[in-house]
Amino acid sequence: MKDSPLEAVIGLEVHVQLDTGRKLFCADSTAFGAPPNTAVCPVCLGLPGALPVLDPGAVDLALRAALALDCTIHPVSVFARKNYFYPDLPKGYQISQFERPLATRGAVELDGGRRVRIRRVHMEEDAGKSLHDRFASATAIDLNRTGTPLIEIVSEPDLRSPREARSYLQFLKRLMEYLEISDCNMEEGSLRVDANVSLRKKGSERLEASTEVKNLNSFSAVEKALGVEIRRQTRIRAEGRAVTRQTLLWDAAGGDVRVMRDKEDSQDYRYFPDPDLPPLVLSAARVASLRAGLGELPRAKRERFRRQYELPEYDADVLTSSRGLADYYEAVVACGRQPKTVSNWVMGPVLETVKRGIADLSSPGLAPGRLAELLVLVDKGTLSATAAKTVLAGMARSGDPPGAIVQREGLEQVREDQVLDRWVTDAVAAHPDAVARYRAGEARLFGFLMGQVMRASGRKADPRRVSQLLRAALDADAD
Amino acid sequence: MKPNAGGVAARAAEVRDGRLAWGSMAAEALEAHGTWERGAARLNAFIAVDANADRQRGPRDGPLAGIPVAVKDNLATAGFPTTCGSRILEEFRSPYEATAVRRLRRAGAVIVGKTNMDEFAMGSSTENSAFGPTRNPWHPERVPGGSSGGSAAAVAAGIVPVAVGSDTGGSVRQPASFCGVVGIKPTYGRVSRYGLVAFASSLDQVGALGRTVRDAATLLEVLSGHDPRDATSVNRPVPPLTAACERGVRGLVVGVPREYFPAGLDPVVRQLAEHALGALEGAGAELREVSLPHTRYAIPAYYIIAPAEASSNLARYDGVRFGRRCREADTTERLYELSRSEGFGTEVKRRILLGTYALSAGYYDAYYGRAQEARAAVARDFERTFGDGVDVLFTPTAPTPAFKLGERVHDPYQMYLSDVFTVTANLAGVPAMSVPIGLAEGMPVGGQLMAAHWREDTLLTAAAALEAELGTVGSPPVPSGAGAA
Repeated sequence: MKDSPLEAVIGLEVHVQLDTGRKLFCADSTAFGAPPNTAVCPVCLGLPGALPVLDPGAVDLALRAALALDCTIHPVSVFARKNYFYPDLPKGYQISQFERPLATRGAVELDGGRRVRIRRVHMEEDAGKSLHDRFASATAIDLNRTGTPLIEIVSEPDLRSPREARSYLQFLKRLMEYLEISDCNMEEGSLRVDANVSLRKKGSERLEASTEVKNLNSFSAVEKALGVEIRRQTRIRAEGRAVTRQTLLWDAAGGDVRVMRDKEDSQDYRYFPDPDLPPLVLSAARVASLRAGLGELPRAKRERFRRQYELPEYDADVLTSSRGLADYYEAVVACGRQPKTVSNWVMGPVLETVKRGIADLSSPGLAPGRLAELLVLVDKGTLSATAAKTVLAGMARSGDPPGAIVQREGLEQVREDQVLDRWVTDAVAAHPDAVARYRAGEARLFGFLMGQVMRASGRKADPRRVSQLLRAALDADAD
Repeated sequence: MKPNAGGVAARAAEVRDGRLAWGSMAAEALEAHGTWERGAARLNAFIAVDANADRQRGPRDGPLAGIPVAVKDNLATAGFPTTCGSRILEEFRSPYEATAVRRLRRAGAVIVGKTNMDEFAMGSSTENSAFGPTRNPWHPERVPGGSSGGSAAAVAAGIVPVAVGSDTGGSVRQPASFCGVVGIKPTYGRVSRYGLVAFASSLDQVGALGRTVRDAATLLEVLSGHDPRDATSVNRPVPPLTAACERGVRGLVVGVPREYFPAGLDPVVRQLAEHALGALEGAGAELREVSLPHTRYAIPAYYIIAPAEASSNLARYDGVRFGRRCREADTTERLYELSRSEGFGTEVKRRILLGTYALSAGYYDAYYGRAQEARAAVARDFERTFGDGVDVLFTPTAPTPAFKLGERVHDPYQMYLSDVFTVTANLAGVPAMSVPIGLAEGMPVGGQLMAAHWREDTLLTAAAALEAELGTVGSPPVPSGAGAA
C-alpha cells in the first residue's frame, strides 16, 4: 500500500515585548542598550523582602493585542510562579500566567486565506541576560532586561509550511506595530519566536510527536530552520524511525538544527499562583473601552484603502502599516486631492522627510492641509514636481505654508510665453551645431537643447511649455 | 524608671513636650540589654544592636517619639544586618528599608536592634537560629517561643516597651504567650509586607508586641496603612486602635470554639482560659459556645501551603547575587548546591523539600490543591461564626506554657503542634492576638482573641478588658549576678 504524502504541522510561540517603556512589576526603564545592571531596583533584582506590583499600562497593551487577535478575554486571570534555577533569573522563578491566562481562543486570517487559531495570550516578565562572550573564564549577568513586560502568543498547530509560518509572523508584527503594542524589533529581542513542528499523513487529524526549534532570531531564520527541520523529520520517517520529542537549537551559521535537550527529561516548573499578586480582575467596562479604542484593524483598513481609493496593493500596504500614517493619508485625501497622487507624495517625499528626521507626521509644516495646498500648486502648474519637493523640504524645516516658501524662494514656475520664448531663442542661437545636427536627424539632441533652456531659466521654466516652444522653434526654422 | 512606665504614648508625649530627653529611653534600653547579656545565661534576644542608638535622631513630633523599638531580623533595615537568623544572609545588608521600618522611623521610634528569630521564621522556639537560641526571660532553661522569640523576650525582659515581629502561623502570638507579653497579628493586608523577607507570602503578616495592650495598639497604629509597594496591602481606613482600648466589653459576644479546648489540653492552661472567660463575662460580655469544625485540617493544610510558598520564596538564595556564596564551586549547579547546603539550617531544608514535593507534577492536586480547599473551609468557618453575631473568639494561644530548650528540637511534629490554635487565623487572614492570662508554675500563659477581617478594634477592646480584669502577669526577675547598675 502506498503511503499518502506527509504534511507539516507547525505551531508558533511568539514573545512580544510590550512597549510600555517600563518593567512589568517595578518602574525601571526598559530602554535598550543601557549599561549592564543599571536599570534595576530591589524588585527586579529579587532582593529579600521586595514585592512585585503589576503595571496597569502593560495590562492594557496585552488586552489590545488579545482583542486584536479576536480572543476571549477572561475577566479573572492569575499570575503564577514558574520555578527554576538559572543565574539570570534573580528570584528563582519567573512570574507568568499558566492555568488561567489573560485570553484564549482567538483566530487570525492570513492573506492566502489560511485561518490560524490562537490558543492563548498571556502576560509574563522576561529574565535577564547571560553574557558568555564578555569575559574569558566567566559568565557575566546583565539584569537590565529582568522584568521586561512580555506577552506570549501561542498559536494552534494550524500552519502547514515554512512560508505560512513566515506570513503569520509578518501578520503579527504588522498588527503589533500598527496598534503600537510593540516595536517588534527582532535584533533587540522585542519579538522572539519558538516553533513546534511535526509531520503527519495528509488528511490525518492525529498529532504526532513534535520538536521545538528555538533561537529563531529573524523571519528568514524561521523559514529556513523550519525547512531544514521538516526535511530532517521526513528523512527519519522515510527510514522508518520515529521522531522523538526534543528541543532543538537553530544554528544560523551552520544552517542546521542541533539537539538542545530531550523533552522527556523536561523540567518540572512547579507552577503555583503567585501569592504576592492578587488575581487580575478586569471589568467589562475596561475591556469594552479598549475594544472600542482598537478601531479598524490593519487588514480591514488595507482592503478598504484598495477599494475606496483604488490604490495598488503595494500602496495600500505601505499606507496602512501604521495608524498614524493611514490617518495622515486619509486627511490629505479628504482635502480634495486625487488619492493616487497623494499616495505617491506620502510614500515618497513625505516619508523620506520623516525618515531623515527633518520632521514627523505631526509637525505643523507637514500638516495634511499644507500638503494638500502644495499639491494644488502642482496641479495648477504653478510648481514643477522638482520645485515642489524643494518646497516640501522647506515646509518641513520651517513650518511655513507652501505659498510663502514659493514666493520667498522664487520657485514659481515661469509659464509666460514671451519669457520662455526669449530663453528658447537664446539657446537655439547659442548652439548652432546642435541645432544643425538635430535637424539632420539626431533626435536625441532635443534633450540637450531642453536642458540648456531649463538651465537658463534657473529650472523655473514650465518644462511642458518649453518643450512645445522649442520644438516649434526648431521645426519652424527648418522650413 | 521602667521604660514603659505610663505606657508608650505617655512617654512619647513627654519627649514631644521636652520633659524627657530624646535619647534617654534608648540609653535605658541599651543598659537593660547589657544587663541581660551579662547574666549567667545570656538572653540572646538580639542579633544586632546599635550601641549608639541613644544618638539616633528622628522626628520629635511622632506618636513614638524617642521610644526604643526592637525589630525582628527579617525586616529590611538600614544601618543593620538583615539576616533572618540564617547563615546564608549573615553578611547581607539591605540597600533599601521595609515600609514597616520606615513608618517606625517616621513616627519617631529609635531602632535599638534586630531581634533573634527562627531561621526564615520557620520554627516555634527560636532554637532554629544560626546565631544561637534565645532564652525565655522567665526561665533560662525554657524557650521564648517563636519565631519572633527575640522580640517577645526583649519586651518581656523590659529592654524595650514594644517590638515588631512577624506572624505566619503564630510567630507573634505564641512567643507573646510564652513570654507574658501582648502580641497582635493584624488582618492580612493591614500592614505592608514590603521589606518583610518572605517565608510564606499568603500567610506572613507584620505584627506588634508590647508589655500592655495599649502599647501594642499604639505600635500597630503606626505600622498599619496602605502601601502601594505591596499589591496585597489593602487600601482602607485604619480604625482608631488606641481609642478602641477604652470601649469596654458590655454586650460584646465572645465565642468559645469547642475545637480549641480539646481533651488533651494542659489542665492549667484550660483553667486559666476558663478563668479569663469568667472575667470577660464579669465585665459584661456574653459568652457563646461555637464550633469551627474544620479546625483539625488547619495544621496539615498549613504545613503544605507554607512550605510550598517557602520553597519558591527561598529559591533566590542561590549564591549568585548576594548572601553566602561557596567559593569552591566549579559549576553553576555546584554553586547552588554548596551555597544552599552550607547556608540553610535543617528546618529550612526540611520545609524546602516538603514544599518542593507538594508542588511537584503529579502531586500538586493531591497536596497543594487539597490544602487550598481546606484553607477555604477554615476561612468559611470564621465567616459563618462572625456572620452569626459573634464579635470575638477566645481560645488558649498555645496548648502549653513554654517548653524546655531542646525538648522538641528533634520532634518536628510536636513542634508544629504548638501552633495548633494559631495557624487558623493566618489561613483565614483574620486578625488575632495573644494577651497574658496568668502564670502556670511561674511561666506565663496567653489567651488568644480572634475577630472578623479588619476588626482589630474589637480585638483590642476585648483584650484591654481582659487586661483590666486580670492584671498583667508582671515582669520576670532581672538575672541574678548581673551587675544591676
